[in-house]
Amino acid sequence: MNYGIDTSTDNSPLMIRTTYREAVRDAIRESILKDDRVFLMGEDVGRYGGAFGVTKGLLQELGPDKIMDTPLCESGFTGAGIGAALGGMRPIVEVMTVNFSLLAADQILNTAATYLHMSGGLFNIPLVIRMGTGGGKQLAAQHSHSLEGWYAHIPGIKVLTPAVLEDARGMLWSALEDPDPVLIFENTLLYNMEGELPATAGAVDIDRACIRRVGRDVTLISYSASLFKALEATETLAQEGIEAEVIDLRVLRPLDETTFLNSVAKTHRAVIIDEGWRSGSISAEISARIMEKAFYDLDAPVERICAAEVPIPYANHLEQAALPQPTTIVNTVRRMVTRHG
Amino acid sequence: MKKKHGTTQAPAAVNSHQHLRDLLYQMLRIRRFEDKCAELYSDMKIRGFLHLYNGEEAVAVGVMQALNPEDAIVATYREHGQALARGIPMNTIMAEMFGKQEGCCRGRGGSMHLFDKEHRFYGGNAIVGGGLPLAVGLALADKKLDRKRLTCCFLGDGAMAEGEFHESMNLAALWQVPVLFVCENNQYAMGTALKYSHAVTNLVQKAASYGIDHAAVDGMDVLAVEEVAQKAATAIRETGKPFFLECTTYRFRAHSMFDAELYREKAEVEQWKQRCPIATLTQQLKEQEKISDADLEAMEQLIHQEINHAIAFAEAGTWEPVEELTRFVYSEPSI
Repeated sequence: MNYGIDTSTDNSPLMIRTTYREAVRDAIRESILKDDRVFLMGEDVGRYGGAFGVTKGLLQELGPDKIMDTPLCESGFTGAGIGAALGGMRPIVEVMTVNFSLLAADQILNTAATYLHMSGGLFNIPLVIRMGTGGGKQLAAQHSHSLEGWYAHIPGIKVLTPAVLEDARGMLWSALEDPDPVLIFENTLLYNMEGELPATAGAVDIDRACIRRVGRDVTLISYSASLFKALEATETLAQEGIEAEVIDLRVLRPLDETTFLNSVAKTHRAVIIDEGWRSGSISAEISARIMEKAFYDLDAPVERICAAEVPIPYANHLEQAALPQPTTIVNTVRRMVTRHG
Repeated sequence: MKKKHGTTQAPAAVNSHQHLRDLLYQMLRIRRFEDKCAELYSDMKIRGFLHLYNGEEAVAVGVMQALNPEDAIVATYREHGQALARGIPMNTIMAEMFGKQEGCCRGRGGSMHLFDKEHRFYGGNAIVGGGLPLAVGLALADKKLDRKRLTCCFLGDGAMAEGEFHESMNLAALWQVPVLFVCENNQYAMGTALKYSHAVTNLVQKAASYGIDHAAVDGMDVLAVEEVAQKAATAIRETGKPFFLECTTYRFRAHSMFDAELYREKAEVEQWKQRCPIATLTQQLKEQEKISDADLEAMEQLIHQEINHAIAFAEAGTWEPVEELTRFVYSEPSI
């Protein structure tokens, strides 16, 4: 999957072929080599090589002091990460999937997110937590949910959702430089995505959303793996003369609303594509902000394409029916444009 | 502030007159502070949850004797005694409970969330057991950076039923990190007695099952607590390994100001009050003629004055402007 997005910022011809998985691995390696305070810990990150193969070879290369296997105790090792950050380290904590992060939710929410404020600004927590998210691999309910929107509800943490290779490579270092806890959600369907990155690719900003495709008729607001479904839909729509603008949110908290509000002011229509459940989701938040701040720019009600309100099922046809799909996006946009166009 | 009431005693403290009196003074200071807090709560000066430490003073004071200024402390939500014994100024503690911006957390933490950077005091955690993994992490950072210091983590008997206790014991033993776990076993998890919350009520056995060195001590005897804490701290500093210390104690007051204490008999409370650590040590010192009534009166006066100053400081404190509400959700660039 590449969808022809040009994410390069460097005119140098020196491009390297890579995958999302390798980009994350390179980012981890670089961070550890660059700053002596950085280390990675998590379940199976060392000898096993990472549940998704992201950290394969890093233990052998960097040693057990930098790549630490932990027992299965999400709360314990996430809390230890918080303590290590308070003790002057820059830990990267890997929680295998967002589903398991619920066992660490107390540490993330009640400790990491509250500590600076409760202490009146005395103690900040420079911690990065990475985890896999998303469905689509027939792993059934307890391995397929998309809960990044939940975490985006919490003040005190930052929530990043790298979709493209550039962000997979660049967001980690930016997150480590941030003095506060940052959660990075990697959609597991993206790990195999291949493309080219400049050999010099490095840190990216973690403040702004960006426009991945320019258009005039409708704004598709998405992030992570949904970005590619939105982009796929634009190909069909373009053949029908409908030019969609596609926004990659990149950061779910703090939310960069300027980028999508400006886009809606131009296109007058918005569709939000979110793999989370509709009720109380990040898509609900975005829809509300458009209503609050861009209501008079709208030619049609904001639409949302989310996961069905069910635990994600195992059977392929049911799972696919539960997740947002490009055809749904195409049909929704077509309906919006023709009804109100 | 009165530095001599801080935490830094010479290691291997001798049973000199002065040291014994100082232990008594520190316990008495906590007791009087807590009693005053109860009054201030009734006067609506302090609000929210208020968990007092009466009866447990020997634990905080005894354990603190074994710690150095560079050691870290992770505390519970019943942490006024731990904070005072550590040397956090009473003024800023009181102002914090009044919710004033002169408080140690600018009024954002209150009674349950006292923090102090200078004294390496990492809260004030109101999630039972929540501080345990944090203590393991602080110690892990020390190990990685080859710093010879320890982290002292206070916990209650209630916390030992939490998963985080077991996760933290396993991690501390697996990674061999320098944490002194101090269980203040006051025998009630809020209002549920130990026998109703633990299948195995021998608490040191739980630490032992993780291969962690351990000891149990009478938590109503400050000298006994001090002695065993010194030994534990010395062992941790020498080996870098964790240590678990159970201090059997009792809280004379209710769990919080909202608690009607329906779960325990008054007779039981009275029985434990006979073992008051302050009365016991006072009696001991009097018998040995190491303290006079005049000395005691002088102590009370000094404490009375300090508390009055703290209240005046808190009263004179200011409310943080509401415009500042959203500060410290994220770090400020200047910090």
